[in-house]
Amino acid sequence: MSVRRLAKEQPASFAFTADTTAKAEWWIKKYPESRRQSAVIPVLWLVQKQEGWVSEPAIRAVGELLGMPFIRVLEVATFYTMFMLEPVGKTALIQVCGTTPCMLRGANELMRVCKDKIGPKDHLSADGRFTWQEVECLGACSNAPMAQINDYYFEDLTPETIGQIIDDFAAGKTPKPGSYAGRITSEPTGGAKTLLDAALYDGSAAKPIKKLPNSDPAPVEKAPA
Amino acid sequence: MIGILEDKDRIFTNLYGFQDWTLDGAKNRGAWNATKDMLDLGRDWIINNVKASGLRGRGGAGFSTGLKWSFMPKEVKDRPHYLVINADESEPATCKDREIMRHDPHLLIEGALIASFAMQAHACYIYLRGEYVLERERMEAAVKQAYEGKLIGKDNVHGWDFDVYIHHGAGAYICGEETALLESLEGKKGQPRLKPPFPAGAGLYGCPTTVNNVESIAVVGTILRRGADWFASFGRPNNTGTKLMSLSGHVNTPCVVEEAMSIPLRQLIEDHGGGVRGGWGNLKAIIPGGASCPVITREQAETVMMDFDSMREVRSSLGTAGVTVMDESTDIVKAIARISYFFKHESCGQCTPCREGTGWMWRVLERMAVGEADPSEIDLLLDVASQVEGHTICALGDAAAWPVQGLIRHFRHEIEDRIANYRSRRANFAGHAIAAE
Repeated sequence: MSVRRLAKEQPASFAFTADTTAKAEWWIKKYPESRRQSAVIPVLWLVQKQEGWVSEPAIRAVGELLGMPFIRVLEVATFYTMFMLEPVGKTALIQVCGTTPCMLRGANELMRVCKDKIGPKDHLSADGRFTWQEVECLGACSNAPMAQINDYYFEDLTPETIGQIIDDFAAGKTPKPGSYAGRITSEPTGGAKTLLDAALYDGSAAKPIKKLPNSDPAPVEKAPA
Repeated sequence: MIGILEDKDRIFTNLYGFQDWTLDGAKNRGAWNATKDMLDLGRDWIINNVKASGLRGRGGAGFSTGLKWSFMPKEVKDRPHYLVINADESEPATCKDREIMRHDPHLLIEGALIASFAMQAHACYIYLRGEYVLERERMEAAVKQAYEGKLIGKDNVHGWDFDVYIHHGAGAYICGEETALLESLEGKKGQPRLKPPFPAGAGLYGCPTTVNNVESIAVVGTILRRGADWFASFGRPNNTGTKLMSLSGHVNTPCVVEEAMSIPLRQLIEDHGGGVRGGWGNLKAIIPGGASCPVITREQAETVMMDFDSMREVRSSLGTAGVTVMDESTDIVKAIARISYFFKHESCGQCTPCREGTGWMWRVLERMAVGEADPSEIDLLLDVASQVEGHTICALGDAAAWPVQGLIRHFRHEIEDRIANYRSRRANFAGHAIAAE
């Protein structure tokens, strides 16, 4: 379990912007009418997109919007680790994956670079522009080591490339997400060794199928009792 | 040839995203072809064929997908049926569902329609992990295309009213457990429920629900199009089909690849992963199926196959087929300690053995990694692991115990050496004075 508390310093109030309200309504419509609570994670996420973090007044506002007691929203906000309970860097929130597959390929070196350039982890940098964190597996293990910066994945990183990415963010640029080892996605470095057969892409698979296999009247196999 | 599976037999033909992921591209590669004919053949035909294909759940547990579907009530009574797709891919070393969602989303949507029809569900929720922002945007766009193409929605061309909703979490591994996922989808903390009742009886909003992994659903359309016997022709009996496998760690070319089940692990690593860094002789250990699976040694890796039964014979598990390779340079105790930290971090805190045990195991392993421990603590650690295993509501306790047990089973000597080394460098440690007398 990770212990998570609300920040000591809280803003006096919170208000949804028109854009956030519209998006929240769009989410709420996805669930049956009596189940507005289902939208709590997406709505908290919208709040975080709006403010940069999730404050106590915001948690109260979400509770009112969804008809939930404050404590139920607070539980959710503190349980799920993607909700930032205190302000984070406005320019970049850098979340380096530190779990074993990334660790084996050098995540610790990436974190050293972050520490040198930004400061201690989980703390807002002195200029208030950056925060870096070590997070658990982000599910891009074949592109390790990697980091999620703001919303997107930066993959196949080295100490040099992550240093460059941080510098670029600091200079006001927007570095491109994706692989930094010349890969397109998760194919082997040096080019895909499979899916090379041109017949897969010539449209032959889209030709009408006259009769599906095993579609004779008798069932293919008796279901086990 | 590279690997066993030929290109013509691959289901995920846009695995790497080199092609067009949109509806037009997906249709060109065969998605949504003859889907209406499948529905016209009826739900028994669909379920029987999925059973006959031998498809076992691709999320790690390996339960027969067709059988799971048949547990749903035969008639819809007062409560609607739901299909929920588990896209909360968070098991360390697993990164396969991501490729489906960002590169072949229409296979997933098509499979969702077929599965929902077979279980008489008119609505499907796809629960993505919150970190998959790009994947979520892709899925939302693909769902929109499917609605616009009248493939899903009210009065669609398939004659089965069907809605797909994309939902997301916010960074909790435990929500990959099916009942925790349902809790989370209902807007609560992701703490697993006691079973029974099983989701097929009372799942989402108390209604009959089936939770399936992304890959299990996404392969269904192609299985029915090409035939259950075609799918069953790959792999060994009871372990049939093709499977997305991901390679990470110390291989020369980490990648995700679709392969036939039962491919020898060594061949998978050498053909697709470009071999172990520094050659096969430099291999130390492999975690074959995601972080919760016990490690296996080089000797075992020589002969083991990537399937459920073969992995069980070496007392490990196929899991999600996310292979982590560790070469001789690896500090294996530290590597497993990091996995223990992961489980400590992700424990939901509901059951005491897991909440307290995961942290305890992690702290002991961190000490063992530097040797600052007593040799008797190795057995104590094993004992605690066995007390966490099987004594919790969900399988996270088991998942936290297995890597520790695997480590001690195969690398006990390394921990012992480390403790001995640590002691030889220091004059004073607890018990030293007594031992010297």
